[in-house]
Amino acid sequence: MSEAVIRVVGLGKSYATAAGLFPALKGVDLAIRPGEYIAIMGPSGSGKSTFMNLLGCLDTPTIGDYWLAGENVAQMDNDALARLRNRTLGFVFQGFNLLPRMSLQDNVALPLVYAGVDKETRRAAARELLAKVGLGQYAESLPNRISGGQQQRVAIARALVNKPRLILADEPTGNLDSHTSEEIMRLFGELNGEGITIVLVTHEPDIAAHAKRQVRFLDGQIVGDHLTEHAP
Amino acid sequence: MMKPMLGEAWLAMGANRLRTALTMLGMVIGVGAVVIMLAIGQGAQYAVQQTISTMGSNLFIVLAGSFTAAGVRSGSAGGPTLTVGDAEAIAELDGVANVAPTHQGSRQLVYGSQNWSTQVIGTTPPYLDARAWNVVNGAAFGDSDVRSSTRVALIGKTVAENLFGDEDPVGKTMRIQQNPFMVIGVLGSKGQNLDGRDQDDTVIIPLSTAQRKVFGTPFLGSVRMIMVQAESAEAMPRVEAGVEALLRQRHRLREGSPNDFFMRNLSAAAESEAETTRTMSILLGAIASISLLVGGIGIMNIMLVSVTERTREIGIRMAIGARQKDILAQFLLEAVMISFAGCLLGLLLGLAIALGINAVTGMVVVISGSAALIAFAVAATVGIFFGWYPARKAARLDPIEALRYQ
Ligand SMILES: Nc1ncnc2c1ncn2[C@@H]1O[C@H](COP(=O)(O)OP(=O)(O)OP(=O)(O)O)[C@@H](O)[C@H]1O
Ligand SMILES: [Mg+2]
Repeated sequence: MSEAVIRVVGLGKSYATAAGLFPALKGVDLAIRPGEYIAIMGPSGSGKSTFMNLLGCLDTPTIGDYWLAGENVAQMDNDALARLRNRTLGFVFQGFNLLPRMSLQDNVALPLVYAGVDKETRRAAARELLAKVGLGQYAESLPNRISGGQQQRVAIARALVNKPRLILADEPTGNLDSHTSEEIMRLFGELNGEGITIVLVTHEPDIAAHAKRQVRFLDGQIVGDHLTEHAP
Repeated sequence: MMKPMLGEAWLAMGANRLRTALTMLGMVIGVGAVVIMLAIGQGAQYAVQQTISTMGSNLFIVLAGSFTAAGVRSGSAGGPTLTVGDAEAIAELDGVANVAPTHQGSRQLVYGSQNWSTQVIGTTPPYLDARAWNVVNGAAFGDSDVRSSTRVALIGKTVAENLFGDEDPVGKTMRIQQNPFMVIGVLGSKGQNLDGRDQDDTVIIPLSTAQRKVFGTPFLGSVRMIMVQAESAEAMPRVEAGVEALLRQRHRLREGSPNDFFMRNLSAAAESEAETTRTMSILLGAIASISLLVGGIGIMNIMLVSVTERTREIGIRMAIGARQKDILAQFLLEAVMISFAGCLLGLLLGLAIALGINAVTGMVVVISGSAALIAFAVAATVGIFFGWYPARKAARLDPIEALRYQ
């Protein structure tokens, strides 16, 4: 068994609320190997997004350990975390989160700006990825000129531009109709086929069925973890 | 890193043009005032130096007649009060370098078909020494010319150009009041004086000739003005006091009666004029600093609004790998760019107004590269100083909080 790309041990997160500390995540253990394709399921409020934000180095755990690509994230400073977000992982949001004033090409290239890549290389990489997600002809358009499904494809291209080891996606099809969702899932399937590790959150069983492994959350804990029976 | 950020800052500024323009206004006015202040201040400095160097140093003049308390000049009842004898007596005083009795007025010159109206100065040879004025073509007249009232003239550059054109004036004969005068020399150029008058537009002739042939004084030997040069700046007060005492004695003025002459320190007059201008430029400096302060606070305010409005954008940037220093640099750059744009407009505005002042009032303004440099340095400082706090606020946002912001 190759080394886990993600390993969390006893990971917990509590939010301070008016009623006191609220434990959204209560000691989660999980290991994800390179090349895996995991769907996280569970009822609303079960802690899925909380968990994804911790995996994405966007938030810090209250307790527990997190190794990303063999490095202990808990001991990292802000700059090192930014570097992980920039190079090691790509995050895809439910609401796409493209920058509205920038062309699609510039949106896709933005992570490369923060990686210090030169302009020509940035342009070429952004063009290549836009073509890969089927939107090459819209490179100069602004995000509000294209549909939600297309915007999500641009967001995926942006997540991929720095050649990350894994993609984290929190309800990537949550704002899309079922036909567009299928297209997005096909894209994820292709990426996984190329060896990229994928972790995505979804409420819908037929979306989750695209993944190879399904993890179920309930009340901030993992209550189920099994391989998908009829992988398409 | 810097280049894409410049482009983005430009976009952000353009996204809200009216707001950006209003924000810049304080900077525009502030920098404009700085530029005008420097132009006028340096202009005053330059004008004084220029005046003193062309006028001659340590000079004062004694004028015939007196000034009453109300400032009205009243000629003495017994006619002109200053005489050539007074001038000769002053020359004997200790600490006096040069004394030149003069008589001047405006007259028409004629040469061939050309004529030109100019200031005619009748004086003695020490006048040229006192004013450090040299003859560049030909030669000056001497004491013998004054004694025998010869009709010779030294002309200024402007007169030479207007009356003689391309001809060499030396040796030519022109007419002043129907009297033929031979031009024996052309004076070196002195340019404008503090009042903007062309000092080269003048003719200098022997005093006695002027009195006899040009101005026609009823009392020969009386003069309107005596120019006195002290040996040094330190000697000035002593010489002034000495001249006053001497003249009162010679004019037999009783104790308590007013002087029948008036003394004016030319160097001090130039200085005091410059002082007025300097005060004005200090006032402008005050306006400038207040405008820059207000402009800076305006920039800070708009940047704080911008950070709040763009919280989500900041969250997205952090999620894809922006470091705190990237966000800091982005907002700081935006503040500095607004500041610079304001500075550029202020520079143009200040230049236009400074040139306008020069055109309308004739006041000397000096526009130097250092003024522009100072303005830009000020703008950069204001932008960084007032942009720092909002930029730091943006950089310290928590990524997940920023992403949740609606
Ligand atoms: N910033 C916060 N402050 C306080 N409580 C929070 C915060 N974020 C999440 N919670 C709470 O933590 C719990 C888990 O939230 P989380 O967003 O992880 O759920 P989820 O599984 O993603 O739900 P959904 O399926 O609706 O997206 C919820 O009860 C939520 O109210
Ligand atoms: Mg969620």
